[in-house]
Amino acid sequence: MVELKIRAPVSGEDIPDPSAIPALAPGVMAHSKPYVASPEHQEAIGFPGELVDDWEERAVDKLGELVKNSRGLRVYLDTCVKCGACTDKCHYFLGTGDPNNMPVARQDLLRKVYRRYFTFAGKYFPWLVGAEDMTKEVLDEWYTYFHQCSQCRRCSVYCPYGIDTAEVSMAAREIMDSVGKGQKYCNEIIGKVRKYGNNLGLQEKAHRATLEDLEEDIEDETGVAVRLPLDEKGADILLVTPSADFFAEPHIDGLIGYAKVFHHVGASWTISSYASEAANFGMFIGSQDNMRELAMRIRNAAEDLGVKRIIFGECGHAWRAAYNFMNTLAGPFDFLDQRYPIPQHICEYTYDLIQKGALNFDKSLNDDIRLTFHDSCNVSRASRMGDKPGGQYEIPRAILREVCNHFYDMADDTIREATFCCGGGGGLLTDDLLELRIKGAQPRMRAMQQVAQDHGVTHMAAICAICKTQFAKVMPEYGFEMDNIVSVHQMVSNAIILDGQKIDREEGEEQE
Amino acid sequence: MLTIAYAVLFYGAALVLAGGIAYRMWEYSTTPAPLKIPTTPAPVTRGGVIVRMAREVVLFESLFKANKWIWLFGWIFHAALLLVLLRHLRYFTQPVWGWVVLVQSPGIYAGFALVAGLAGLWARRVLVPRIRYISAPSDHLMLALIIAIGVSGLAMRYVFRTDIVAVKAFFLGLMYFDWQPLPADPVLLIHLALVAALMIIFPVSKLLHAPGLFFSPSRNQADDARERRHVAPPLRTAARARQ
Repeated sequence: MVELKIRAPVSGEDIPDPSAIPALAPGVMAHSKPYVASPEHQEAIGFPGELVDDWEERAVDKLGELVKNSRGLRVYLDTCVKCGACTDKCHYFLGTGDPNNMPVARQDLLRKVYRRYFTFAGKYFPWLVGAEDMTKEVLDEWYTYFHQCSQCRRCSVYCPYGIDTAEVSMAAREIMDSVGKGQKYCNEIIGKVRKYGNNLGLQEKAHRATLEDLEEDIEDETGVAVRLPLDEKGADILLVTPSADFFAEPHIDGLIGYAKVFHHVGASWTISSYASEAANFGMFIGSQDNMRELAMRIRNAAEDLGVKRIIFGECGHAWRAAYNFMNTLAGPFDFLDQRYPIPQHICEYTYDLIQKGALNFDKSLNDDIRLTFHDSCNVSRASRMGDKPGGQYEIPRAILREVCNHFYDMADDTIREATFCCGGGGGLLTDDLLELRIKGAQPRMRAMQQVAQDHGVTHMAAICAICKTQFAKVMPEYGFEMDNIVSVHQMVSNAIILDGQKIDREEGEEQE
Repeated sequence: MLTIAYAVLFYGAALVLAGGIAYRMWEYSTTPAPLKIPTTPAPVTRGGVIVRMAREVVLFESLFKANKWIWLFGWIFHAALLLVLLRHLRYFTQPVWGWVVLVQSPGIYAGFALVAGLAGLWARRVLVPRIRYISAPSDHLMLALIIAIGVSGLAMRYVFRTDIVAVKAFFLGLMYFDWQPLPADPVLLIHLALVAALMIIFPVSKLLHAPGLFFSPSRNQADDARERRHVAPPLRTAARARQ
C-alpha cells in the first residue's frame, strides 16, 4: 500500500479549502502509470498487440486522422492562449501539485506534437512555440499523464473557449491504442463486454442466480415479492444498469431501490443478459468503434426483447454515453415509444412518480443518516435530466429531499457544474492507480469533511457506479467509513413503503 | 521606395490575414463534429446557444468564473482593443462616419487601457508559477508585440507626432489603388511594421482563438441529443447504409 501524507482532520481543526492551490511539484506523479494491456486484450478489441515497429510514424498519422475527423479536437489544439484559467481546476493537480496535471499542461503534451507536425509555426520554429518530435519519452509521458485525467470536464467549464481536456486525453489514448500501447484496465473490460455483455464477465446463468438471490433477500426483508426479471420478452421497460449494481456495495442497494419503485407502480420491466452493462468504456479510450459496438448491444437487446422504453440505472459516464451518444451511434430508436425520453434516467423515472404522488415514503426510516450529494462529473457536465438545463442537479436532490429528512449540500464551488470528480473516473478505477485515486479524491473529501463538521453529515449519496466504488475505497483514508457512500436509490429503497410491506419494529418506529 | 515597401507589405499582410482566417474557418466548418459534447448545463435551443455564445464573446463569462484577475486584465485588453480598432477607422474612411468621430476620445484612453491590460497579463505570466510553467517563448513574444504596437501608437499621439493627414492619404491610397507617399517617421514605421507582422502571424498562431471560439463544440452545441438525432457527415453514410 502506498504511504500517503493525507490524514483525516482532528475534530475542531480547520479543514483546508478544497480548492486550495498547492505549490508546483514537477514530476511528483511521474511514476504513476497503469498496467499496459496484454496483446490478448489489445487484439480482442481491434488494436495491435504490442508497440508496433514504426509507431512514431503511425502515431503521428493517427493524430492527423483524428484532427481531420474531430472539429472539437482541432479547435481545442489551435485555440488555447495559455491564459492559465484552467491551471487550478483539476482535482489531480490540487491533490498532487504535479504541474503536468494542470489541464493546459496535460493538453500541451499532445499539443506540442500536433504543432510539430501539423502547424506552420511548429514545423519551422519549434523552439518558439514549444513544439516537439514524437519520441519514446513523449509517448511515456502521454501514458503517464493521460492516465491521470478522469475526463471529468471541470476544466472545460472554466476555459474561455470551452477547451475540453477530456477530448484531448481520449485522443491521446486512442493514438496509444492504435500503436499498440493500451491500458489493461479499460481494454480488458471492453473485451469482456464484447464477449459476455458486461464489465464483470458475468454470464447469463450466474446473472440469473444473482437476481433470484436478491429477490429472496427483498422478500425476507419486506415480505413483498419484488421481482428482478431477466430477459423477459415483451416487457415495457429495458433497464440497463452498470453491472456493479449486481454485485458491489452500495450499488446493489440502488438496484433494489429501482426494483422496488418498478414493483410499486406495477411496471413491466426487464434486465437483459446480452446488454447487462450500462458502462461504455469505449468512451474512456476515445474509440468510437468500441463505443458504437457497446451501444449497439443495447439497441439489439431492446429490439430483441421488444421493449417500448429504455431506462438507465445510476452510472455517470454511462449516462453521458446513453444521453448524448447512443442516438448518434446506434439510433434512430424509432421502434421505441416516442412519448418517453429515449433513453430515460432512473432518477427521471422515480422523480416523475414522486411528482404524481405514486410512491409512499416514510422519511424517518432514513433518520440515522445525515446526507450530502456528490454530483458525478459526467452527469453534471456532459448530460442532462428532465427538460430544463440543470435538471441533472435538481432531480436527484429532489428525490433525496423526498426520502431523507437531513440533507445538506457541500460548498457551492464544489457541487453542480463545479463538482469535483471522485478521483476514479475516466478509466482510472484500478488498484494500480490507487495513489492517484486517493490524492485525486482530496478536494471532494475536504468538501465532505467540511459539511461533516458543520452539519454532522455522515453519508454521501452518488448516482455513479465508479463514484461509489471509488469512495468506498478512499473514504477510509479521509476519516470516513467505506459504507458512508450510498446510492441515491438506496435511500429510496430505505424509505419506500410498498403495498403490503411489513415494517421492521427496530428500524421504523411506526406501525400499520 | 519606402512607400512601395509598406504598400506591398500591407497588401500582403491583409491578404494573409483575410485568406488565412477564411481558410481556417473553412477548415473548422468542414471538419465533422462526430458527437454531441456541449458542456452542460447548456441551452436546449439554437437561440439559447446564440445567447450563451454572446455572453462568452462579450463578457468572457467562463473566464469570469475561472479567475477574476485574468478576466479583469483580459477583458480590459479586449474591450480596449475594440475601441482602438474602431477609432482607427478614421484613417480608412472619407468622410469619417459620425460614430467613429464619437469614439475618438474614448479610443485614445483605451490605448492606455490596452497597454495596462496586457501588462497585467504579462505580469501574471512572469509572476504566477503555474502560468510561467505553461508559457512558451511565443506567449511572451505575442504580448511584447502587441504592447509594442500600443506603446508606439501612444508615442505618436503624445511624443513623436507624425503627419497623420499623410498617413491617412497613404491608406486611402492603398484602398483605392492610388498610392500616396508614406511619411518617413521612425515611430510610425515601427508601429506599422509591427501591425503588419501581427496580421501575418494571426492565422498561424494562438490568435486563432478569436474565430476558434465560434467553432468550439462544447460551447456552440445545443443540449438536445435526445430530441434531435445528431449525425455528422461521415456517420451519415453509415447510418443510411444501415437503413
